[in-house]
Amino acid sequence: MNDNGTTQHGVSVQVRGIRRSYGAQEVLNGIDLDVRPGEIFVIMGASGSGKSVLLRHIIGLEAPDEGEILINGESIHSVDVASKYRMALVFQSGALLNSLTVGDNVGLYLSEHRLKSPDEIRKIVLDKLEVVGLKGTEDKLPSELSGGMRKRAAIARALVIEPELILYDEPTSELDPVSSVVIGEEIYKLNKRIGVTSLVVSHDRDLAFGIADRIAVMHEGEIVALGSPDEVKRSHNPIIRKFIHADFKRQPKA
Amino acid sequence: MFQNIGEIALLFWRTVLALPLIWRQRAKVLDQFHEIGNASLLMVAVLSFFLGGVIALQTGPVLAERGLHSAIGGLVGISMAKELAPIMMSILIAGRIGSAFAAEIGSMRVYQEIDALRTMNINPVHFLVMPRLVAIAIGLPMLVTFAILVGWLGGATVAQVTTQIDVPFESFFENMKNVVGISEVLHGVFKSFCFAWIIGVVSCHQGLTTRGGPRGIGRSVTKAVVNSIVLIVLFDYVLTRLLLH
Ligand SMILES: Nc1ncnc2c1ncn2[C@@H]1O[C@H](COP(=O)(O)OP(=O)(O)OP(=O)(O)O)[C@@H](O)[C@H]1O
Ligand SMILES: [Mg+2]
Repeated sequence: MNDNGTTQHGVSVQVRGIRRSYGAQEVLNGIDLDVRPGEIFVIMGASGSGKSVLLRHIIGLEAPDEGEILINGESIHSVDVASKYRMALVFQSGALLNSLTVGDNVGLYLSEHRLKSPDEIRKIVLDKLEVVGLKGTEDKLPSELSGGMRKRAAIARALVIEPELILYDEPTSELDPVSSVVIGEEIYKLNKRIGVTSLVVSHDRDLAFGIADRIAVMHEGEIVALGSPDEVKRSHNPIIRKFIHADFKRQPKA
Repeated sequence: MFQNIGEIALLFWRTVLALPLIWRQRAKVLDQFHEIGNASLLMVAVLSFFLGGVIALQTGPVLAERGLHSAIGGLVGISMAKELAPIMMSILIAGRIGSAFAAEIGSMRVYQEIDALRTMNINPVHFLVMPRLVAIAIGLPMLVTFAILVGWLGGATVAQVTTQIDVPFESFFENMKNVVGISEVLHGVFKSFCFAWIIGVVSCHQGLTTRGGPRGIGRSVTKAVVNSIVLIVLFDYVLTRLLLH
């Protein structure tokens, strides 16, 4: 249930044979994914495997060389999809507007689309900032925050949208373990509260196995495994085993 | 530059279509307006005072020698109003404000802020380009009006204090009035209004198409300023030609 007392349903996302090269470099080599409405879908994969590029394609910031992205069966590039569905991407870098205060950043969607009165927006902003642990930062500029704080502000900005599809690009990569758990719980709670389809890119194994309904593992622009957390954990694929079970091998002290 | 003329014209058109939203964006327009005024008022005053002065200094003695004292006021008045104030102030503003437009929008592009706007379904033309263009389209003609007045003052002062010219303040303006009327001033102000659009559209377009990191921003700024100036000079000729009755 959302604020209006109506149940919101997440959208489905279908990725059909997406290919994308930058110059001679093939970054996405034919990705197929079906994300079901309302599920939490985690994409894991090594650095540079094309996860951020995939998210940029899913939300329509970039057009693939081949293949298509369907939101509830409609192409993301068709004219009215962007205004029909609320979608949000939490950028890996946060991508807050540096010229606006944190509070204005978080309330931007509501104020630009004039969805609420300034007072209501202020209330919502304060509330969301508190949720992500940034109480009292609303009048600061993004440049006055730490990397992890900026990331959390970006998450607050996405939460305010109450989207039907939300994409998180490494939401916990710059956070300490405690904040990571808090953010993980928020991703989960938002998903349960408004049924938003959530796509999470993350290297964070605890987060992935903690919140995911399903997990996909990307490697060099392809999906090499897809399944429930348990299935992925039990996979015998060496790439996946290496990725999931990587750990320090420290020589015992003599 | 010229391969982008189509894109620039398109951006201009999209900005024009966004004009009905101006009331919504009034806070941003006002912000930019302040920026333009604050950054430039003093510089405009100094620059145009000496521009007017130097014209009087260059032409005054030559005219005075031939007994044409009465032509000095008109000459300074008309060159300031119709040509020097609009073109010099526009070049100044291209350097001061066009560069800022390109740098701000370019860094927003490079640091994915524009992508963030787009994911929130906020149109960068409405949010970033239109307020800047409106502000410069109002601000620059105002600065030019101011520059014309200060330029006249500079010319008159120099004409009075230079012994080789020796035209008193009052007769300078008296002579000027015979030649320069409101239509001459409007001619200059109108041209600067057109130049303002050129600076704004070229610089915002350059910002929006910035690629690469900080070096890309630097490149954009340079291009924005240089292209604006080249276009201003070209359009200056064309407009002057068209306005010639
Ligand atoms: N705009 C671009 N132009 C050229 N190459 C790009 C561009 N964007 C991404 N790439 C390339 O695509 C590849 C994948 O990049 P991407 O950012 O998707 O990686 P990632 O999986 O998100 O990695 P990380 O976990 O480190 O964020 C990289 O090799 C990168 O060099
Ligand atoms: Mg990435």
